[in-house]
Amino acid sequence: MAEATQRSWTDVEAGTPTGKKPVPEGLWLRCPDCGAILFRRSLENNQQVCPECAHHFRLPAMDRIRLLVDPGSFVAIDESLQSQDPLEFVDLKSYADRLEATMAKTGTNEAVHCGTGFIKGRKVILAVMDFTFLGGSMGSVVGEKIVRAVEAASSEDLPLIVVSASGGARMMESGFSLMQMAKTSAALARFDEMGGLYISVLTDPTTGGVTASFAMLGDVILAEPKALIGFAGPRVIQQTIRQDLPDGFQRSEFLMQCGFLDRVVDRRDLRSEISSLIDYAGK
Amino acid sequence: MEAIDCTVQWKQETGVLRMTSASTTVLPFEEPVRELERQIESLEARDDAADIAEEITSLRDSRNSLLQKIYGNLSAWDIVRIARHPERPQTPDYIHMICRDFRELHGDRQYGDDRSILTGLGRIGPFKVLIVGHQKGRTTEERIACNFGCAHPEGYRKALKKMKLAEKYGLPIVTLIDTPGAYPGVQAEERGQAEAIAVNLKEMSRMNTPILSVVIGEGGSGGALGIGVADRVDMLQYAWYSVISPEGCAAILWKEANEATNSAAAESLCLTARDNLANGLVDQVVTEPVGGAHRDPSAAGEALERHIVDQLRELTRFNPRTLVDRRYEKFRKIGAVSTS
Ligand SMILES: [Zn+2]
Repeated sequence: MAEATQRSWTDVEAGTPTGKKPVPEGLWLRCPDCGAILFRRSLENNQQVCPECAHHFRLPAMDRIRLLVDPGSFVAIDESLQSQDPLEFVDLKSYADRLEATMAKTGTNEAVHCGTGFIKGRKVILAVMDFTFLGGSMGSVVGEKIVRAVEAASSEDLPLIVVSASGGARMMESGFSLMQMAKTSAALARFDEMGGLYISVLTDPTTGGVTASFAMLGDVILAEPKALIGFAGPRVIQQTIRQDLPDGFQRSEFLMQCGFLDRVVDRRDLRSEISSLIDYAGK
Repeated sequence: MEAIDCTVQWKQETGVLRMTSASTTVLPFEEPVRELERQIESLEARDDAADIAEEITSLRDSRNSLLQKIYGNLSAWDIVRIARHPERPQTPDYIHMICRDFRELHGDRQYGDDRSILTGLGRIGPFKVLIVGHQKGRTTEERIACNFGCAHPEGYRKALKKMKLAEKYGLPIVTLIDTPGAYPGVQAEERGQAEAIAVNLKEMSRMNTPILSVVIGEGGSGGALGIGVADRVDMLQYAWYSVISPEGCAAILWKEANEATNSAAAESLCLTARDNLANGLVDQVVTEPVGGAHRDPSAAGEALERHIVDQLRELTRFNPRTLVDRRYEKFRKIGAVSTS
């Protein structure tokens, strides 16, 4: 944790653009689920949840953090960590260029943001993934930051909350990305052994290597309604089996029915859900 | 799904294993070698073969040096094709070659017996071990039963169940990795593919017994890692190990998968044994016979057996608690990060 640059949430809010809004610009917008025309301000006042049908719009990490923690309580850690591009990966573009462009666009260094904060007065270690940063993919930095968050939760005996939003492992770091799955899972094994509380929150979408590692290892696993959650992406499955996928396949409610998550929770109830679970665990 | 007992497969495969002549499937870059082999065969078949012995010997020499030259100069994509060669030895072949008194243990005690992952007790050299390995199958029927080596969640859960037995009895675990990836299908998702793999990663990291993993063919992403969190992770010389297959990567990043983009993706992914070793992601490369394991399965078997025995001799010297700590540190330090 030595190199961690610490910034208060207010600094982050003032100094850093929150990145590409998943909600299109303009005063009015249409809900992709129910088609209702929504006044942007009313959506913002409703935690980016459609007031008509409760469709949950995707949230950039910084907005998510603001909605989850008590005002002004978030202190970011490890914000300065950056990928080293260990393979000097090049496809049609170079990974270095992609990183630079994404960093400029989002104003952040990576696809996860970690720190300490309070949720209804309970101190937690929080890690929130950002789908707007290269699809929330996990490379060395995401793995490292998640492990450092686990270690911080261990050493301070604090509840660990990880909010996932990821397309999976980051191809451009190949084997390095893959091994982050083992690294994060191993860290969680240790945290488990010392009796730590880990709440995993799955949001739209959570797939691939993130699901097949830390996201599925929560003591308690929560998910936002209708979030896409799976190992393989639906397109890959469709190409493999050459059949239409069942309705609601790989959505939160489906996963809960299959027995792989504990509760589907409306975003507007997430703070009280988490704080209640912390109390039950006696943390 | 029809269960095929491992022992039945061995009998069927004896023919393949004993075969010492050139393999029947010829990869494009092996064509020139095959051409020379055809010439040698036709000369040998002649009535006056004895009189032209010198010519045959010199052709054999050129064949050998050509093979050496080609195999000394393979692209990453060539290596992927060798790793997938239909006659390349697979888990049951190695078990047959290097393992005595093998007792297959079936089933995950929850859902079923996934044939894509084979588990059982056996003796390798002086060691009693648990072997866990992907199984691809060789005949069409077997390949379908084994889902081409793509395991379902019950495969990973079976592996874990048996690994816990090994831990209980203090037996070292040897895992042989050879899968294109975990199966992407509706039932696999319904039964929790992601959860099954995640739990294996977590539990293997704290398993109180030595674990040795060797990638013997394809190391396809999470499906490979799901039995690959080990004290030592080694690769056969012409195996590949990566976060995604070259075709999958090409389709996403190059927008289409074809010969050229697959080849470019294979290169970029640094998936060969040599690259993974250079990047510190695996511990050692096990040399294969010249021209690849498919040309001389028994030599490949001997090399693997020697390697396993040597490594287990090292690993069994540690007490299990120390191994768990070392295993943790091994994975903990992987990653390439810097501070801005
Ligand atoms: Zn709506």
